[in-house]
Amino acid sequence: MGRLLLRRLLLALPALLGLLVLTFILLRVVPSDPSTALAGENATPEQIEAIRKAYGFDQPLWRQFVVYIGQVATGDLGNSIFTEQPVIRDIARRLPATIELVLMALIFATCVGIPLGVLAAVHHNSAFDHAVRVITVGGLAIAPFWFAIILQLIFSMDLNWLPLRGRLPVQVQPPEFITGLYMPDSLLSGRLDLFLQSAHHMILPAFTLSLGSLASITRFTRAGVLETLQKDFVSYERAAGYPDRRIIWVYVLRNSVVATVTQIGLLFGALIAGAVAIETIFDWPGIGSYAVQAILTSDYKAILAVTLVVGVIYALVNLVVDIVHALLDPRVAEEN
Amino acid sequence: MTASAPALLDVRNLSVAVDTDEGVASILDGVNFQLAPGSIHGVVGESGCGKSTLIKAILGLLPARSRATEGSVALNGKPLFGLEQASTAHSVRGRQIGFIPQDPFLALNPVFRVGDQLLEAMWWHGAGSDDTNREKPRAQRRRAYSERIVELLRAVQLPDPELALARYPHQFSGGQRQRLLIAAALACAPQVVLADEPTTALDVTTQLQILKLLRQLTRERGVSMMFVTHDFGVVAQLCDTVTVMYAGQTVETGPVATVMEQPSHPYTRMLLACHPERSVELKGIPGAVPSPLRPPAGCRFNPRCPEVIPDCESGRPKLLPASAGRHVACFRCHAEAVP
Amino acid sequence: MLIIRKFLRDVPAMMGFAIICTVIGIAVFGSMLVPHPHLVFESDLLRRFEPPSAEFWFGTDNLGRDIFSRVLVGTQGALTVALTVVAVAIAIGVPLGIYAGYTTGWLSELVMRVTDMFLAVPQIILALAIAQLAGRGLGSAMTALALTYWPFFCRTVYAETRRLRHSVFIEALEGLGASRTRILFAHVLPNVASPIIVRATVGMGFTILTTALLGFLGVGATAPSPDWGLAIAESREYLPDMWWAATFPGLAILFTVLGFNLFGDGLRDLIDPKLRRSRS
Repeated sequence: MGRLLLRRLLLALPALLGLLVLTFILLRVVPSDPSTALAGENATPEQIEAIRKAYGFDQPLWRQFVVYIGQVATGDLGNSIFTEQPVIRDIARRLPATIELVLMALIFATCVGIPLGVLAAVHHNSAFDHAVRVITVGGLAIAPFWFAIILQLIFSMDLNWLPLRGRLPVQVQPPEFITGLYMPDSLLSGRLDLFLQSAHHMILPAFTLSLGSLASITRFTRAGVLETLQKDFVSYERAAGYPDRRIIWVYVLRNSVVATVTQIGLLFGALIAGAVAIETIFDWPGIGSYAVQAILTSDYKAILAVTLVVGVIYALVNLVVDIVHALLDPRVAEEN
Repeated sequence: MTASAPALLDVRNLSVAVDTDEGVASILDGVNFQLAPGSIHGVVGESGCGKSTLIKAILGLLPARSRATEGSVALNGKPLFGLEQASTAHSVRGRQIGFIPQDPFLALNPVFRVGDQLLEAMWWHGAGSDDTNREKPRAQRRRAYSERIVELLRAVQLPDPELALARYPHQFSGGQRQRLLIAAALACAPQVVLADEPTTALDVTTQLQILKLLRQLTRERGVSMMFVTHDFGVVAQLCDTVTVMYAGQTVETGPVATVMEQPSHPYTRMLLACHPERSVELKGIPGAVPSPLRPPAGCRFNPRCPEVIPDCESGRPKLLPASAGRHVACFRCHAEAVP
Repeated sequence: MLIIRKFLRDVPAMMGFAIICTVIGIAVFGSMLVPHPHLVFESDLLRRFEPPSAEFWFGTDNLGRDIFSRVLVGTQGALTVALTVVAVAIAIGVPLGIYAGYTTGWLSELVMRVTDMFLAVPQIILALAIAQLAGRGLGSAMTALALTYWPFFCRTVYAETRRLRHSVFIEALEGLGASRTRILFAHVLPNVASPIIVRATVGMGFTILTTALLGFLGVGATAPSPDWGLAIAESREYLPDMWWAATFPGLAILFTVLGFNLFGDGLRDLIDPKLRRSRS
């Protein structure tokens, strides 16, 4: 297991370095000079030239990159042009919001998707199965940003049941910083009122964000359970007199979930992508909305940093997925 | 039928049909056999003769679209039909009837520890009628059953039984896995064990060991066993009585020694002639098992039978008593027996 | 033939096919079908904020333009972008994937490492950055999406080719002395074609969603384009009163993507035997 972890970590490093090179090049190859963007629309050529010098954009690309990598290695991701704060601090402040949102969406998608998938497989070709299929195909076809707006229209603007934006009402102080995730933090500091408020704010964004993953998890689980149900060990377990429920919800599910878990890494990418849109719509102060803001303002240090951080998170998630996979399926652990 | 003791497992006139896209297929057609207490009964026949369906029917696990159309299965005089209902099935499968599957490589769930899988059936069914552990609290119950599993694993001669519990199926060899499955079948102290070609997937030397083990264990524990196989050699080594099946029908049944020494049904004779150890001149049986969708009229064996008489193509032969405690379903044999 | 008949019986897939045909029809003939051609781009301030009615089926927007007409006209843009992006992504990703899958060596290694880098972050983030820096507009959104979408094809094709590479029949062909180009084009390509087709169909839907998102975030189409995503973004200011302006373009996206997904699902079931079994 330890060796598996080490190998995965070592494999992730070059991909991350490559990602930096890639982003760096993409940002420069594209026919747009960051200095022009930095200087603003009414800048004179002299001002642009001055900025170019100040930021080192007049240097050869490779030297700029070397300088940047040197800074990254020492933990300095530069300052944001927009917020004028160190990018690393911006991200650190906003990351927990995104993590909380994505985690909630993932938890919801898993807790609903797996039972739905199992039931659809057990009763396959029934009316229930068809209904589940409609929901999953629809869930993957719906534009999350649009659906978010429609839900806002209904539940926030019309019915006034759920808050329109943010993690908490504007005038409310967030809970004491422990993890940065409001829901666990408010519980840990004994503030049930804050917990309920932040949960209330979480419902719409987390639900809309989870739709795509919910659909994928349901489909994977359904396909996995259907496949497992054909296995010889299931008929053996029946013949040996295991209770039916135990067979489905323990023995079959555990086998099928192995495949579903490996897909969660992919889903995580979809969730981060979804967070970009959802955070923008709900004014959620996470790195998704930060990324949009950085991109719209050509804040290139911030763009590079967000890309890097997301890449690191992505690599870590895949690592966790590998570990969970090895824990669920003893054969995997031995192969590595 | 002249069963001396009341049969433990009594299958009478059992017929099973399955609905296919091309029509109704008759998989089993009037199967009869009796399993006496403490004995081993072999069911022998070619692939596709309905042996596996017979086991599934007894266990109430017929696949979707199949159903028992006729006949009865009784255990201890109590009819088992209605086994499809979960509550009845629950008290029979595992508890009263143990099962040993065909392929030990595929039958164990790969992602669960062997100990947990062996514990499962016992946890729900207890370990026999004199089991006092069922009322104990969970932890004690778990410990008691784990001890029983270790004892069973020792009985099936698995090396390091204590360590085996924490291991996964892929860490065992095929023979070892079959031993695990035998232990699992005996775990709840059932009266009857159904074995579905449990040695087919194993190599010859392992086969022999497993057969010896099965014989020894059933004798020691007073368990009766129905042993399904395509191999007459195995029947000779293991069984007391035997039923020969062809295309879903019982063709001959009786004590192993008589059936094998003086087979009366032409099919039994030809099947025995296929066996290298029993026949100087190795023969095959010309033709193939007929499709259950369109079984031949009359005796199902008549298209391949070298000794056909006109009756064979019109009516279905009944399973009637023949010499030396046997029952045969063959017009020609009936005609010869009653001159 | 049996397979085609089976496919024709797949009701959801046929629904998807019907939707795709309808959408393509609208994209081609949309400008002729439009009930209020003059209200696609020109504003009519006397008709602002009209809710859906017999005259304006989807209502009018804040400039008095007919939303139904604009949704119809917007179809062409959405389909063109999706088709171009998927086509370019295939044109880049498939040859690279086959090459990297079939050969070994530093070049194939490099191709796959670059692919992995692209796949190390969600596509939308790279696409957003490129689209923004390339200057706003549908053209740069298209470039951005194509540049970031090919790795998905490359991965799929690579995996499939690797599998084939070690298959008995390719080894036999090599033994017979077939040339590499011949093996690649006559034998490997047809075998990787089915996963490509499935991915491309689903990818059409996916790209329509992503394009709409770019338009919504303001780095895709620019006003006064009838782009669906842009229309939803423009309507936000006037919510909740002008609910129809947000609702209908979104339904158009849903309808179109649903078509491609249903069809792609049917194709996948048909092509992937493992999944096919799970459906019967």
